[in-house]
Amino acid sequence: MSLILVITAVVTLLAAVAAMSLRNLVHSALTLAVSFSGVAAIYLQLNAEFAGFTEILVYVGAIAILIVMAILLTRSGETPEKSVLTSGWLAGIAVTALVFTILGWAVLSSSALPAAPAVPPHVTVKDIGMQLMTQYVLPLEIIGLVLTVAMIGAVVIACKEEAPARILPVVAKTTEPQPAPGNPAAPIPAAAGAFKKAGAA
Amino acid sequence: MNPLQFCLLVSALLFSIGFAGAVTRRHAILVLVGIELMLNAGNLNLIAFWRFGPHPEALTGFIFVLFSMALAAAEAAVGLALVIAIYRHKKTSNLDEVKELKG
Amino acid sequence: MFGQLDQIFVTLLHWLVGFLPVAWRSLASSLLCIGFVISVFPGLFALVTVIERKGLGRIQNRYGPNRVGPFGFLQFAADGIKSLIKEDIVPRAADHVVHFLAPVVLLIPVLLAYAVLPFGQNMTIADYDAGLLFFFAVGGAVELSIFMAGWSSRNKYSLLGAMRAIAQMLSYEIPLILSAVSVVMIVGSLNLSDIVSHQNHYTFGIAHWYVFTPWGLAGFLIFFIASLAESNRCPFDLPEAESEIIAGYFTEYSGFKFALFFLGEYLGMFAICGLGITLFLGGWTSPVSWLSWIPSYVWFLTKLLAIVFVFIWIRGTLPRLRMDQLMNLAWKFLLPLALVNIVVAGLWHFLGAGALRWLVCAVILAAAYVALGRALMQHQKLGKRIYRFAY
Repeated sequence: MSLILVITAVVTLLAAVAAMSLRNLVHSALTLAVSFSGVAAIYLQLNAEFAGFTEILVYVGAIAILIVMAILLTRSGETPEKSVLTSGWLAGIAVTALVFTILGWAVLSSSALPAAPAVPPHVTVKDIGMQLMTQYVLPLEIIGLVLTVAMIGAVVIACKEEAPARILPVVAKTTEPQPAPGNPAAPIPAAAGAFKKAGAA
Repeated sequence: MNPLQFCLLVSALLFSIGFAGAVTRRHAILVLVGIELMLNAGNLNLIAFWRFGPHPEALTGFIFVLFSMALAAAEAAVGLALVIAIYRHKKTSNLDEVKELKG
Repeated sequence: MFGQLDQIFVTLLHWLVGFLPVAWRSLASSLLCIGFVISVFPGLFALVTVIERKGLGRIQNRYGPNRVGPFGFLQFAADGIKSLIKEDIVPRAADHVVHFLAPVVLLIPVLLAYAVLPFGQNMTIADYDAGLLFFFAVGGAVELSIFMAGWSSRNKYSLLGAMRAIAQMLSYEIPLILSAVSVVMIVGSLNLSDIVSHQNHYTFGIAHWYVFTPWGLAGFLIFFIASLAESNRCPFDLPEAESEIIAGYFTEYSGFKFALFFLGEYLGMFAICGLGITLFLGGWTSPVSWLSWIPSYVWFLTKLLAIVFVFIWIRGTLPRLRMDQLMNLAWKFLLPLALVNIVVAGLWHFLGAGALRWLVCAVILAAAYVALGRALMQHQKLGKRIYRFAY
């Protein structure tokens, strides 16, 4: 249990506490990104490199940005003056303490937990690919389907409702004033012709 | 305390922190943040068991985590879209004020 | 003799590290590699800023900076001193902590990305099995810093610039990654050194660079355009366009923080060019077999400078794209083309060696390009140009 693992875990937990307790939502989202990076660093310590890189790619690079964009779209970027806690927050803290006590007791007193193997497993991307394509190909296809559905669903839910009715008149207006080539009856060259006549006279 | 117990305790603590945030904060987005922390804690648990468990070369825990991350991303996207839609409708993202089905 | 010259940095590293006891060696080796990256690439940044200003000047029919040093090549020193001694102005309403951290958070992922690039033979600092995934992961973390910069300034223009920049970078990440996926499919590995060594074969004296294949050429062009957008370079520099939103998300930054942003942007550009070189242009290999005596790092540097020169050339030549044109290009043109490229790379692999696969792949890609190009321009009639007010 190396020092780096302990330090990374402490940083992750502190960032998580900050994410959940800061008043300003954008600060909360940024400390959440730090917490995600901390978890990725823990994965790297546990020889799960691919999981660590995927965590940074998915969580820090996508989900944190998504949360930040949602904060801006719901105009919650300013620090609120009123209380940020819901009514009944005390019961929530009590239940949390109970949950953690039970989990901690279960972990520390369990005799079924195996000890660390001597050699850390060396996972190559090829192994992961083989497993994904042979044994886990059905979950892979279903995940593809779930992600597509989620993407379409999110766009449909968050889309503004009157958008389709407004696009067509705007498009029609931008394609109208192109005068047909060589058409002398178009209004604009006629106005320019009137200007020239006024200038020559 | 062996490394497995340490990782499991960290994961349990992360889960509790996420849970505490999800049930105590008023803003809808922070509830989603708490849910993401809980999912991360679960993933950490899986990776710890994969690493220190009996058959790490079977990659079961690892693949489970990859799918879990993909699902977390999908769920975050849909959840945040819902928050944005609720804000647009009720002009508030305060969970104490969106407790009626009417409107 | 040239083999030894090729490996000179590696032997130097091993010799220096050999002085220390065994327990300290890996740490010392990492520190020396970090020192190498931190000294070489900012030095290259300094050189490229001067070359860019002189190059843009020449394209615009004027001299660039020519006062400081021989032909103006010490201009970077003057700029550096100026940015260090300038007053650091932070708006009173700005969020000071986030405002301070934004340039730092930009630089950290960008410098991390250099860890997986193969600069020469056996010269990769961290040869991860999933090196390409690591590069894209840290590339995605840059967007968070742009948001921090834009939001913390409490300025409408900064926020607008930051949102545009994030939308642009997210949109162009997808064709970037998909064009790299076609290379990964053919090589069968995410390890960047493996990808380069697969391109290290010569047929009739010409190297097997992937850019010389139809899918590789299309992939390289998609990667090139997407990397222009990822580094916020012209023609995709709307987020930092001076004539539109002052300086976008950099508006409230002055002095050294602005210099750090500038450094971060250029370092990001070099990193992504380096990746493009590794994936498509053969990394550190030479294009013809009779020039392979030139050391590998010299080839890498030459290719990097050539691509940076093309970036500068494009900046001086093309006008800026509007936001909707930019997004249309990413989602409606580059993304479908990158997907077609993946299919074509698969066909290339399964059709076996011969002239047939060249023909089939080239025809499919050309057809996709023409069809997507026409679909993108469906609302515009590009007829004869008519000057409405110049009669």
